[in-house]
Amino acid sequence: MAYVAVSGGQEAIEESIRLLHCMRGSTFKELEVEAIEKKLGLLVDRVMSESGLYAPAYAALALKQAEGSIEEAVFLLRAYRSTLSRNYYTLPASGTEMRAVRRISAAFKDIQGGQILGATYDYTHRLIEFNQPSAVELCARRQCCLKEAKPVPVVKLPRVSEYLKAEGLIDSCEIDDMEPVDVTKNVLEFPADRSARLQTLTRADGGFIGGLAYSSIRGYGAVHPTVGELRCGYVELEVPYLFDETESICIGEILLTEVEGFIPEDDDKKLKLAVGYGAVLGRNENKAISMAVLDASLETEGPTPAQDEEFVLLHGDSLEMNGFISHLKLPHYVTFQSKLDSVRKTRKEPEHES
Amino acid sequence: MNPEYNFAFLDEGSKREIRRSILKAVAVPGYQVPFGSRELPIGRGWGTGGIQLTLSLIGPRDVLKVIDQGSDDSVNAVNIKKFINLCSDVATTTDSTEATLIQTRHRIPEEPLRNDQLLVFQVPLPEPLRVIEPSEEATKLMHAEADYTGIWLQLYESIMKYGKVTIATEYPVTVEDRYVMNPSPIPKYDNPRLHESECLYLFGAGREKKIYAIPPHTKVVSLAFDDVPFEIEHMEGRRCRLCGAENVYFDELIDRETGAVSYQCSDTGYCSKRRLRKEADC
Repeated sequence: MAYVAVSGGQEAIEESIRLLHCMRGSTFKELEVEAIEKKLGLLVDRVMSESGLYAPAYAALALKQAEGSIEEAVFLLRAYRSTLSRNYYTLPASGTEMRAVRRISAAFKDIQGGQILGATYDYTHRLIEFNQPSAVELCARRQCCLKEAKPVPVVKLPRVSEYLKAEGLIDSCEIDDMEPVDVTKNVLEFPADRSARLQTLTRADGGFIGGLAYSSIRGYGAVHPTVGELRCGYVELEVPYLFDETESICIGEILLTEVEGFIPEDDDKKLKLAVGYGAVLGRNENKAISMAVLDASLETEGPTPAQDEEFVLLHGDSLEMNGFISHLKLPHYVTFQSKLDSVRKTRKEPEHES
Repeated sequence: MNPEYNFAFLDEGSKREIRRSILKAVAVPGYQVPFGSRELPIGRGWGTGGIQLTLSLIGPRDVLKVIDQGSDDSVNAVNIKKFINLCSDVATTTDSTEATLIQTRHRIPEEPLRNDQLLVFQVPLPEPLRVIEPSEEATKLMHAEADYTGIWLQLYESIMKYGKVTIATEYPVTVEDRYVMNPSPIPKYDNPRLHESECLYLFGAGREKKIYAIPPHTKVVSLAFDDVPFEIEHMEGRRCRLCGAENVYFDELIDRETGAVSYQCSDTGYCSKRRLRKEADC
C-alpha cells in the first residue's frame, strides 16, 4: 500500500517544510541579513547577476532563506521580479563613465588613465586562515584605510579599444541606438540580436558560461582572447524626467564589472582585432571574461559548442536548467508505465508479432 | 488568498499578453506560439507553462482541478493548487465534471470533458521535431515548410528495428492536416481523445516559452502508416484493485512485501467517484 507515496501529498509537503526549518535551526547563532550582504558580497553579486535584479539586500535575504543555495536564491529573486511592474526604463549607461575601483589591462602595461589593481584575490595565497580577524578588527582596518585615503576626482577612463580603433586595428562602428530586445519579455529568436545575446549571457549561470568559455580557450573553439581591459566600478543610472523629456534624474548607481577581450581575426589577407564584450552586475570578473569570450566565439563559425548560438544561449539560465533537472524528481508513473509498455512489447515472443 | 499579491499572481499586463498568445494559438491549431514566459515561484519544468495559462485565464467564479499524472493528491498537484490558492480564492475540486478549468500533467481525465471546460496541459518539450533536429531555427523552418519527413523516417526506422513504433508518451499527432504537434507526455491511450473533442485543449511550455492549442472539433490524427496502425498501450486483462474499472489507464503497483503486481486507475478522481457510487449502491 505504501508504494503510492504521493497520496497524502498535502501533509507530506507540510512536514517537509517543517523539516526545512529544522535544517536552518541547528544553532542559536543569528545570521544577520546585513552581515550576508556586507561580508559575503561576492556571493550576493553572483546571485544578483544570475537573477538579473540589482538588489543587494534582497539577494542577501534570499540567500538566508535558501540556506545559501545560489540557485534557490536566484529563483526567489526571479519570482519576486515577476510581480513588479516596470515603472521606468533607464537611459543607456556607459562603462566609460564608470567610477572605477579596479581597472587592469593584460594587453598594455601603460594605458591612458592608468591601471588600478584594486581589491582582488588574484595575488593572495589560497591558504585557509584558521585565525581570522574579528568583525571589530576588520572594521577598524577599514576605518584606517579610509582615513589614509585621499579623495580623487572621478576621471573618465577611455577604453583601451579606442586607442586600437584609432589605429584602425579594430573596426569602428556607428553608435547603434536601436531599441534593445528585452529577453525577459520576448522569446529568443535565432539568429539572436546582439542585445538579446548579451542580456542572456549576463544573466546566465556563472558556472555554465565559465565552463563553455573554458572549452573555447582550451581547444573546442577558436577564441583565446587577450583581456584588453577589465574594469570594475560604479555606474550611475538615469531615467528621463517625467515633466521634461530633455532632462534626466539620477536614481542611483550600480556596481558593474566590464571586460573587453581582443581576438585576432581575418581581414581579407590581413589581420585585424575583434572585440568580445562582457558586462556583469557586481564584482564578477571571471563571469565577465567568460561572457566576452563567448560573445566573440559566437561571431565565429565552427562546429564546437561555444560557437553554436542556440547551444550557448538556451542552456545557461539558472532557473531553466535547474528547474528542468529537478523536475526529474517528480513522479513519472504514467509516462514510465507507457515506456515500460513499449519496452515490453518489443520483447514479446515472435508468434505475437504479425 | 494573500492580499499582498495581485489576483492570480501575475500583473494584469502580463496576463493580457498571455491571453493574446492563447487567442493566436486557438486561431492556428497545433502551431506553437512563442510567448514572454514569466518566472514563477515554482520551478521551470514543474508546470510553469500550464500555470501561466491557468493564472491568465482563471476568474473568481472558476472551479479548478489540478492533476499530476492523473492524481489529484500528488505532491506537485497539491503544490500547484496551494500556489493558486495563495493568490486567488477560487474553489477547487477533484471531480472533473465539476471543474471549469483543469490543469494536468501527462493525463487527460477519463470522463469526457464538455464545451464549457478547459483542459490546460503542462508541456516539458513542445517541439515534436526536437528528437530529430536540435536547432530551433531549423525546426521552425521545417514547420513552416510542413517538412515532416524526418519524423516519418523515425517512425519507419523504429518499425524496421523493433517491428513496431516504440514511441511511448509524447506520441506526435497531426492537427487539421497541417502542423505536427507534441501532445505533451500523455500516454498513447489518451491520444485519441484529442480528436474532435468538445472542450478546448491548451498547452503551455514555460521553460521553452511556447503556447499551443487544439480547439473543440479539431481533427487530430496520431502519426501512423496504413499497414502499421497506431496502437495504444496494452491494458487488456487489467482491473483496478480499488474500483474494479477496466479499459482505463492504470498505474502498476508492486507490493513492497510480496512483490505481487496489481493495478489501480491512474485517474484518482474518477476512481474515488466510482468507489463512492458503488458504496451508495450497496
